[in-house]
Amino acid sequence: MVTDVRLPQLGESTYEATIGRWLKAPGDRVERFEPLVELITDKVNVEMPSPVAGRVVEIVAQEGQTLPVGAVIARVEEDGVQAQAAGTEPAAQPAAAPEPEPPAAQAPAERAGVGRLSPLVSRLVEEHGISAEELRQIQGTGVGGRITKQDVLRYLERRTAAPVVEAPRPAAPAAAEQRVALSPVRRAIAERMSRAKREIPHAYGVVEADVTELVRWYTAHREAFERQHGVRLTYTAFFARAAVEALRAFPVVNAQWSEDGIVIKPHVNLGVAVSVEDGLVVPVIHRAEEKSLVGLARELEELTRRAREGRLTLEDVQGGTFTLTNPGVFGSIWSMPIINYPQAAILATDAIVKRAVVRDDAIAIRSVMHLGLSFDHRVFDGAVAVRFLNHVKATLEAVDPVTR
Amino acid sequence: MPELRYVDALNRAHHEEMERDERVVVLGEDVGRKGGVFGVTQGLYERFGEERVLDTPLAESAIVGCAIGMACNGLVPIAEIQFADFIHPAFDQIVSEAARMRYRSNGNYGVPMVIRVPYGGAHGTALYHSQCVEAFYAHVPGLKVVAPSTPYDAKGMLKSAVRDPDPVLFLEHKRMYRLVRGEVPEGDYTVPLGPAAVRREGRDLSLFSYGWTLHEALAAAETAAQEGIEVEVVDVRCLRPLDKDTILRSVAKTNKALVVYEDNRFGGFGAELAALIAEEAFEDLDGPVARLAGPDVPGIPFAKPLEQWYWISQDKILEAVRRLAHY
Repeated sequence: MVTDVRLPQLGESTYEATIGRWLKAPGDRVERFEPLVELITDKVNVEMPSPVAGRVVEIVAQEGQTLPVGAVIARVEEDGVQAQAAGTEPAAQPAAAPEPEPPAAQAPAERAGVGRLSPLVSRLVEEHGISAEELRQIQGTGVGGRITKQDVLRYLERRTAAPVVEAPRPAAPAAAEQRVALSPVRRAIAERMSRAKREIPHAYGVVEADVTELVRWYTAHREAFERQHGVRLTYTAFFARAAVEALRAFPVVNAQWSEDGIVIKPHVNLGVAVSVEDGLVVPVIHRAEEKSLVGLARELEELTRRAREGRLTLEDVQGGTFTLTNPGVFGSIWSMPIINYPQAAILATDAIVKRAVVRDDAIAIRSVMHLGLSFDHRVFDGAVAVRFLNHVKATLEAVDPVTR
Repeated sequence: MPELRYVDALNRAHHEEMERDERVVVLGEDVGRKGGVFGVTQGLYERFGEERVLDTPLAESAIVGCAIGMACNGLVPIAEIQFADFIHPAFDQIVSEAARMRYRSNGNYGVPMVIRVPYGGAHGTALYHSQCVEAFYAHVPGLKVVAPSTPYDAKGMLKSAVRDPDPVLFLEHKRMYRLVRGEVPEGDYTVPLGPAAVRREGRDLSLFSYGWTLHEALAAAETAAQEGIEVEVVDVRCLRPLDKDTILRSVAKTNKALVVYEDNRFGGFGAELAALIAEEAFEDLDGPVARLAGPDVPGIPFAKPLEQWYWISQDKILEAVRRLAHY
């Protein structure tokens, strides 16, 4: 019997996924629970295990294709449940074509190869004179690729905007705009950023920290530290450590707005923005308040590596209570990030640069950096924000990592 | 306007109706001296005396039977059944006598009577104090069956029920008595028995409910909105007569329908709503008519985890909303 392999629901709010790479080809044997295909969602990349044991007869979904949950992506001929005639067939037959569906199973409602249409969609098709050809062009976004009301309405909008009559192409193709398809990650970022800006009244604060001592210590001890602990040490680990301490001193920053009251989080689950090839992910260091500098450095290294390899699990990216972003690595000296919804604040650490500053009424060359906080003004006010920043600043300026 | 609890709104309606019309009498188990086990009839005995506020024996068939006799002879009884679970002995009186009196007497007799029934599950109420009985009675022509879910409606609809010339089964979800508050005007006003109420406007799907699950549904709709799903929540509030227009208009707008009720799923009142929508809104539907209801077990279990398993929680509603929205 040929079994349809469908795209599984990969997380609570995941409704689609992109086919990454097929690990099996038509004709290959696959065991139950053996990885069959790599899937990419807006949150994580996962290997999908085969739901059945048997032989892959057809790869339906192509690599790079984005499909809704429930869509058929492959067909596998299951072991031991072949058609009744199987006993008479020699076992070494070449991969059987999928069994022809019995005619009764061809749903009468199926139209133009676009699957079953809901009564409303049928009515809209009728009312707007949508042809079978046009219908085939509509990309269904419902369960199993079903064409929904919204799909039809969107199509109609486009159709009105650009009539189907083929217009002559503009003469200068070189100047044409290019449209880059939205990856799930891009789409997720777009959605979350818009939502954060729409719902959260952002306010900002920036302080300057003199990290000359930190830079000195880092330059002198980095290698020894890395040898001793077997972990890469970055400035980000210090920033994380300083942020966690400040969050413990100001619990209201480690919080979330709700209409029923401000939710103060019991633990510091520190999200750290990591730039990856096609966007940005924010893996979370859970219970960061329980970790030492070494522990934070180790977890940062591990999460960053997994993020770059696209191997983060759902758990790695969930439950964040505060976010740290480090645009300084790209050279930014002044940043005002968007809050990672629904958290209350995000800390940006900018590039460490040498600058002529006044110290004890003399001009000195010092390593300085900006610390920027974007915060939800509903949750707390500027006074708290700046006191929080000063706490981070004080930790970084007083840094004596040997004692930590 | 003062904020009242659901139970207080009902109490006010009793006081005002008994004051307005001396034919109105109250009878039931412990409704007099005790003021009702839920306190709905408090103060009536002291104010209107034992001739108009009658403590009865534990015999539901007799309570309803007597009330029918009173109603046929010029009184306007409000009969309280202490818990919906105990209404079954009175089934024959309600269905075979009260509901068909007008029909069988060719309009010569009516039964202007209200039967008030606390129903539904609350914490630890288990098999014998949790039942939902609306489906049994909504099935019967000749009865009106209502289930108000706000204090405003509780007072206004009880007054309408008292003034109705025919028998009205008045369902009060017992979880609402002390949990649900709302603005209730002082003095006389009525809410007609019939129209449904759109409690929240939405564009993505229509959710139909009544009683306690309506409140859970409103909370779930709030969360759904944060996810970008706009749920239109319709308080059915009158199960019979049923406001088909409001229901069908809502489905025509959102094109998806979810029916939520606490009773067992199979053959519950929500099945009638689902059938109505499937029949009369067919061409408006962009998804299957969905039902979320209690599991088909003989009663709400006492054990906490099983009780949770039965209840139609916000989370279950939210999950059903998401499923249908993304269909």
